[in-house]
Amino acid sequence: MKALVSVKRVIDYNVRIQVKPDGSGVVTDGVKHSVNPFDEIAMEEAVRLKEKGKVTEIIAVTVGGAKCEETLRTALAFGADRAVHVKVDEEIQSLTAASALAAVFKKEGAEIFFLGKQAIDDDAAQTGQMVAALLDLPQATFASKVEIDGGKATVTREVDAGLETLEVDLPAIITTDLRLNEPRYLKLPDIMKAKKKPIETVSLADLGITAAASLKRVKVTNPPKRSKGVMVKTVDELVAALKAKGLI
Amino acid sequence: MSKILIIGQQAEGKLNSGIAKVVSAAKAIIGGEIHVVVFAADGSAAAAQAAAIDGVTKVIQIDRAENDHGLAVIIAPQIVALALTGYSHVFAAGTTFGKDLLPRVAAKLGVQQVSDIMAVHGATSFDRPIYAGNAILTVEAPASPCVVATIRLASFQAAGDAAAAAPIEKQSLDVSLPTHTRFVSLAAQKSERPELQSATRVVSGGRALASSENFSIIYSLADKLKAGVGASRAAVDSGYVPNDMQVGQTGKIIAPELYLAIGISGAIQHLAGIKDARTIVAINKDPEAPIFEVADYGLVGDLFTLVPELESKV
Ligand SMILES: Cc1cc2nc3c(=O)[nH]c(=O)nc-3n(C[C@H](O)[C@H](O)[C@H](O)COP(=O)(O)OP(=O)(O)OC[C@H]3O[C@@H](n4cnc5c(N)ncnc54)[C@H](O)[C@@H]3O)c2cc1C
Ligand SMILES: Cc1cc2nc3c(=O)[nH]c(=O)nc-3n(C[C@H](O)[C@H](O)[C@H](O)COP(=O)(O)OP(=O)(O)OC[C@H]3O[C@@H](n4cnc5c(N)ncnc54)[C@H](O)[C@@H]3O)c2cc1C
Repeated sequence: MKALVSVKRVIDYNVRIQVKPDGSGVVTDGVKHSVNPFDEIAMEEAVRLKEKGKVTEIIAVTVGGAKCEETLRTALAFGADRAVHVKVDEEIQSLTAASALAAVFKKEGAEIFFLGKQAIDDDAAQTGQMVAALLDLPQATFASKVEIDGGKATVTREVDAGLETLEVDLPAIITTDLRLNEPRYLKLPDIMKAKKKPIETVSLADLGITAAASLKRVKVTNPPKRSKGVMVKTVDELVAALKAKGLI
Repeated sequence: MSKILIIGQQAEGKLNSGIAKVVSAAKAIIGGEIHVVVFAADGSAAAAQAAAIDGVTKVIQIDRAENDHGLAVIIAPQIVALALTGYSHVFAAGTTFGKDLLPRVAAKLGVQQVSDIMAVHGATSFDRPIYAGNAILTVEAPASPCVVATIRLASFQAAGDAAAAAPIEKQSLDVSLPTHTRFVSLAAQKSERPELQSATRVVSGGRALASSENFSIIYSLADKLKAGVGASRAAVDSGYVPNDMQVGQTGKIIAPELYLAIGISGAIQHLAGIKDARTIVAINKDPEAPIFEVADYGLVGDLFTLVPELESKV
């Protein structure tokens, strides 16, 4: 069984985001980027399934510009066997990314697709569900446990009320939550080996996709800033302050 | 004229408390109709609750055995069928249910979804947070075929009670539903404490609690304050508390009047969940902890002595 894993290049989660003064976006030049943390979890899950003999081949896929090749190399170091780079230079939004990912899934004849539950840049948390919709396949989002057996996956999901378990027929689309696993540290030999693994480049046109109508970005602004408050020295002072504000 | 369809998320006959907030977001689009649709095996109770929210002009009740567990793959095709009957907007709450469901609807309708609306400027103009709320994106969505969006609950006040209940209309939709996805079980945390997302006060504990036993001092303070209880990811990952208590970028986004962060460092991912809290109190032994940069009141010291003292004095 082939597994597809999507990896998205995002600004590293440790970076302090700066909004550009002209409101056109956030500063990305010279800023550290890495693989979306949820996608590392997705990669790790696929690799574990391969180690267990449930998955025979792992294909990593990304949709984006030339710099996304780094992201694919990281996925290959994790253990992807090969990668597909859907190259787009213009800005694309989730539905277009989802259409491209769905097309690759179909073309590869994969049976399981791991995506992150959300990308930490746009925080939209929608791409996996869109892929599932476009392919009319089951979706199991926010997964914290995945078991594969006999053409089915049993998935535990982190939902507002607690933990929900679903059974889905394969092929299926799964999006990963934080507690699914802890991604391994990459070792130098794996990073070296990844340099030799093949990356196939395709365009949206190759996949027969035209970009969907977009949301127009009007502006990007800073959120209202919280001002630093006061330091109190004792519990009594704290209680008095909260009482004065009618909070307790 | 707008015609807005709100997904009336429910469980066991109870309408989700966030729906009244989604109605507020819908009311910010001036003029038009606001319908709430309830999908359930028997949605009578939830439909009646939806009809009592001020601003709702009609409730649509779609009873079908398959709707019982609210699976996205089952509900989505029914929403699509309904949306195509002339709705300008489809809104859902930004809960895990809404986040799971709505992108499936958007893709079927061929539109980009606007995720997590935090402000409404007009029928197609909205603000949404990006980068864990460290930047705000203003977007203009295409009006046709319709706008599909989830609503960030922490950004809206709940709509009040209606003077007169809106009419409830039972409908059946001729939509065939997939069988490839089956509900197995739900392990829900039953708690007598106020629900995290609607509580006026919340006490959260972090990694510093160091064990689930020690978390009892957080629960105990919370009970004294009639507060909900939250946690940092580190506390959840370490197994001190269940996942549904996680507050933050990838957990719950909350907006209580009073938030107490105890033994929590204040990572940006955690802060993303409490940006709308009215007053933040932090107790941490490290005077340099980033949480103090956003706290209205900071107290430096050992939580194991300060928290019991606080409990005894409130
Ligand atoms: C108005 C507007 C303007 C934008 N402008 C820009 C811009 O100038 N530059 C820019 O880079 N982005 C821009 N974006 C963001 C871009 O559209 C998003 O990358 C895209 O919408 C995917 O959504 P997401 O990142 O929120 O994915 P989510 O749904 O949050 O991601 C979930 C998962 O989907 C997968 N995934 C998503 N996208 C990709 C991808 N491209 N490749 C591989 N896997 C993927 C990953 O596994 C990820 O973990 C803009 C968005 C909007 C709304
Ligand atoms: C993709 C991604 C998503 C994430 N999403 C979330 C999220 O949604 N929510 C979230 O919370 N985190 C999230 N995180 C994790 C986040 O980055 C932090 O690691 C986490 O919030 C830290 O939790 P903490 O503050 O409890 O622990 P720590 O950072 O370890 O802080 C513990 C604090 O306790 C203090 N302390 C220790 N002992 C005592 C004592 N006796 N008395 C008083 N104070 C004491 C310490 O000084 C320290 O400040 C995410 C991370 C990533 C990468």
